[in-house]
Amino acid sequence: MYTIAGLAQPDTLEEAYRILLHRRTNAILGGCAYLRLGRRKIGTAIDLSKLSLNYIIETEARVEIGAMATLREIETHPALRSLYDGMLTKAVGNIIGVQFRNVATVGGSVFSRYGFSDLITALLALDSEVELYKQGWLALTDFLARPFERDILVRISIKKDGRRAAYHSLRNSASDYPLLNVAVSRHDDAWRIAVGARPNVAVLAPQAAAQLAAGAGSPEGIAAVARAAASELTFGSNMRASASYRQAMCQVLVKRAVLEVLSCR
Amino acid sequence: MQIECVINDQKTVLEANAGELLADTLRARGLLSVRKGCDTACCGLCTVWIDGKPTLSCAVPVFRAQGKHITTIEGVSEEAAAFARLLAAEGAEQCGFCSPGFIMTVLAMKRELKNPTEADIVHYLTGNLCRCTGYMGQMRAVKKYLGVAS
Repeated sequence: MYTIAGLAQPDTLEEAYRILLHRRTNAILGGCAYLRLGRRKIGTAIDLSKLSLNYIIETEARVEIGAMATLREIETHPALRSLYDGMLTKAVGNIIGVQFRNVATVGGSVFSRYGFSDLITALLALDSEVELYKQGWLALTDFLARPFERDILVRISIKKDGRRAAYHSLRNSASDYPLLNVAVSRHDDAWRIAVGARPNVAVLAPQAAAQLAAGAGSPEGIAAVARAAASELTFGSNMRASASYRQAMCQVLVKRAVLEVLSCR
Repeated sequence: MQIECVINDQKTVLEANAGELLADTLRARGLLSVRKGCDTACCGLCTVWIDGKPTLSCAVPVFRAQGKHITTIEGVSEEAAAFARLLAAEGAEQCGFCSPGFIMTVLAMKRELKNPTEADIVHYLTGNLCRCTGYMGQMRAVKKYLGVAS
């Protein structure tokens, strides 16, 4: 069981960051959905509830999602049901249950870089950017590749660039954690293929995406793209699936997602 | 620390430790309908509403209740009884341990969804795992309660 020695509810990000750096055991809280599953000894827990970060805003050019927005708010946001072919709605919809998604936050999910995350995989395929208080704006790809650094995730921004997208995951049972997830998007001739729950955190499959960009639209071409994704990425084993099963299923999910994007009108 | 909130329509000041979870605080106040069934934040037994939204109270630190309206089944007893009668009539009620969390989710769904399909209902109730007596009888009762029975 976790412990919290003290609680801070700062009024500004600056103050939150100052408290975060003050002691190694201090920690930013997200939705706290997984807090009780760990044994973390938190000195000062920093709650961002007063910073008005629970928003989803659609502008002409972008969708911005605040760190404290919940997964359920993503799922039920009217604009996100149609934007990106409803990919974000679909990606978060199988995470545990409604009650869990009303707790878990976007910031907690993304900053923690959970390997099993459905949301990170979808955001990666959408070429999202994250704003961190100290490090500023980073492409999500770069954020995930960087070594861990103490910081505060403020918001996520996704371009409204007319991108078409599809999301597929494989679960041993509904609402369980995915044993593999795949998100694919297409913007003109540029494709992005993201594969997560490998079981490590999602990464892109650039070589497979390049084959699609070069016009591999035939059934044989798509099968080759799926094989390329499965062979350029690495997979591991855990209680949900073996590495070889994940690799085999990666081909299936990539193929389905690419076909779905190709059929988007 | 002190947390001011409204529990079942009554203004309340909770005394709690910073790390305490809402489910434990509610139970300590005698709201024994709130149960913890899984220890992994996935079973739905501890469901209460925070500002009307069904929420896992076992996963929410109590300080997040500050300024919020908390509703347990004790606060919606008439509605709960009306649904419970439908459940019983369908032969869909047995030990009852999971019922408060399940019923709180069904009542929340009635407020949130308009004319849901069976798939919508299943999706909304996926986070309630413990369902003795079986899903079919419960589904019949839920459909009748939501006014979407064919």
